[in-house]
Amino acid sequence: MNLKLKALKKSLWVYHLSAGSCNNCDIEILDLLTPRFDVERFGIILAASPRHADVLLCTGIVNKKCVERIKEVYEQTPKPCVVVAIGACACSGGIFRDGYQMAGPLNKIIPVDVYIPGCPPKPESIIAGIVKFLRELK
Amino acid sequence: MAENKKVIVPIGPYHPLLEEPEYFQLYCDGEEVVDVEWIAGYNHRGIEKLSESKHWEQVTFLVERICGICSTSHPIAYCNAVEDLSGIEIPERAKYIRNVIGELERLHSHLLWVGLAGHFLGYNTVFMWAWKYREPILDMFEMITGNRNHYAMLRIGGVRRDIEDEDIPVLKKTLSEVKDKIKMLTEAVLDDPVLGARLKGVGVLKKQDIKNYGAVGPIARASGVDIDVRKDDPYAAYNLVEWKVITTENGDVFDKAVVRLLESFESIKIIEQSLDAIYHKKGEIWKEVRNIPEGEGIGHHEAPRGEVFHYVRSDGNTTSPVRHKIRAPSYVNIPTFKASCIGQTISDVCIILAGVDPCYCCTERVAVYDKDKKKKVYSFDQLVKKSIEKTERIKKEIGKEGKLWKKLL
Repeated sequence: MNLKLKALKKSLWVYHLSAGSCNNCDIEILDLLTPRFDVERFGIILAASPRHADVLLCTGIVNKKCVERIKEVYEQTPKPCVVVAIGACACSGGIFRDGYQMAGPLNKIIPVDVYIPGCPPKPESIIAGIVKFLRELK
Repeated sequence: MAENKKVIVPIGPYHPLLEEPEYFQLYCDGEEVVDVEWIAGYNHRGIEKLSESKHWEQVTFLVERICGICSTSHPIAYCNAVEDLSGIEIPERAKYIRNVIGELERLHSHLLWVGLAGHFLGYNTVFMWAWKYREPILDMFEMITGNRNHYAMLRIGGVRRDIEDEDIPVLKKTLSEVKDKIKMLTEAVLDDPVLGARLKGVGVLKKQDIKNYGAVGPIARASGVDIDVRKDDPYAAYNLVEWKVITTENGDVFDKAVVRLLESFESIKIIEQSLDAIYHKKGEIWKEVRNIPEGEGIGHHEAPRGEVFHYVRSDGNTTSPVRHKIRAPSYVNIPTFKASCIGQTISDVCIILAGVDPCYCCTERVAVYDKDKKKKVYSFDQLVKKSIEKTERIKKEIGKEGKLWKKLL
C-alpha cells in the first residue's frame, strides 16, 4: 500500500462542501459529530481548511455559480483526496436534475470516489459508506 | 457603499463555520464594521420554475426539498394555497396531525439553532447538548413518518399517513423527557454569565427596524412585535388548542434565544393537546381531490423562522401550476443586518448574522450577469417590467382575472 494512503486511513480529516443543497445532508453531517453518533472517536474531525482535508464531503446539485469554487477547493486539497458524494442530489441530481441551474451532478465536475444515496442519507448509512470504502481502499 | 480605503473582510462562500455556501463582505474600519454586503446565488436551484413542470402532487415533494430544516413548513403552506384555490376543507384529524408535525419541526429547528449559536460563540458544550436533546425528536419523526428529515407527510386535501393509537403513549413519554431536557438547557443558557456577557445588548433591533424591514418570526417577536400567523390567521388546528405567543422587549441576540427557547414549551403544549385530540377523534385523514379548478390561491404557515408564503395559479386544464411563487421568511429577515450589524465589532457580527437564524437555501435568488462586462444584465426596473409582462401574458392565456387580482386593484 502506498504510504500516503496508509497514513490517510489512520485518521480522516473531513472538509464539508455544500454545493447548492437543501441543507438536510449538511445537518446530517453535523449530526455525525454530535454525541449520539460521535465520529470523533474514530479520529474523524472537521477540518477548517481544504488544505488540511483528507476527505471532501460534498452535498447538493452543484449549481452554475458554485462550479468554479468547487474546482478551486478540490485543487487546494492535498492529494490523495477522497471525494464523497452525499445525498441523491450530489449522486444524480435528484428531484432538481431538470432545473436550469443544474451544472452537476458532482462527478461531472470533480472525480468522485464514494456515492452515498438517500434523501437525506441517515447518519448510520454515511458511517457505513465511509467504513466500506476504507476497507476497499488499497 | 463603503469607500475604497476601508478593509474588506470576506466570510464565505465556503467557510468552516457555515454549513451552507453564503458570502458576506464586511467593510471594516479597524475592528468596527461599517457596512455589510451579502452576495447570494450559491444555493439557487430554480424551484419556482421546476414546479411549473411537475404534477400538483409532485410539487409537494419538490417544495419539501427547498429547505431541510423547515421541510414541512413549505408543504403546509403549499397545501394551504392549493386548498384555498380549490376550496377544500380538510378533515379535522388531518388538521391535528399537521399541527403535530409542524410543531415537532419547530422544536427540532429551535434546538438546532441554540446549538449552532453556541457553536458560533465557541461554546461547544451548548452545541453538543442541544444536538443531543434534538435526537429524540428526530426519533419521534421517524416513528410517525418513517424518515428523520423530509417527512413527506403532507398531501393536498389532508395528510399521507396516520398516527397510530399505540404510538401515542410512546410519543407522549418521549415528549415529556424532551421537555425536561429543554427545561434544563433553558435554565443553563439563561443563567450563564458568559452567554449573558456575550449576547446581551448585541445586535439590537428596535421595534421600528422590524417594521421598516418587514421582519417576521422569532426575531420580530424578540423586539416586541407579536406577529404570528398561527394566531393572526389560523389554519390547521391552531385555533382549537390553547397556547400563547411569546414576546420580549429588548431585541438583542440574547432575547432572540429566549424567545426561541420559551417557544419550544408552547410547541410542546400544542403537540400534547393535538395528540389527545387525535386519540379521541377518529375519522378520515385525507379527502380525495380529483381536479384543481381554474383560479389562484394563497397559503401561509408560521415556519420556525417566520411566515412562509406560497401563491399558486392554475388554468384548470394542465396538471401543474401555471405560476408558483414562494417567499421564505429569511428573505425579509436577512436584510435586517443593515440595522443590527453596523457599528458592531467583527467578532460580534458572526453571532448577529446567526441570530436571525438565516436559511439561505430558502432565500436564494438568481441574478443574470454579463460575463465580459461583469455587470448585471437586468436592472431592477427591467425585472419589474418583465414580471408585469409575464402577469399580463398569463392573464391573457387564462382569459379572465382571478379574485385575488381584483382585490389588489
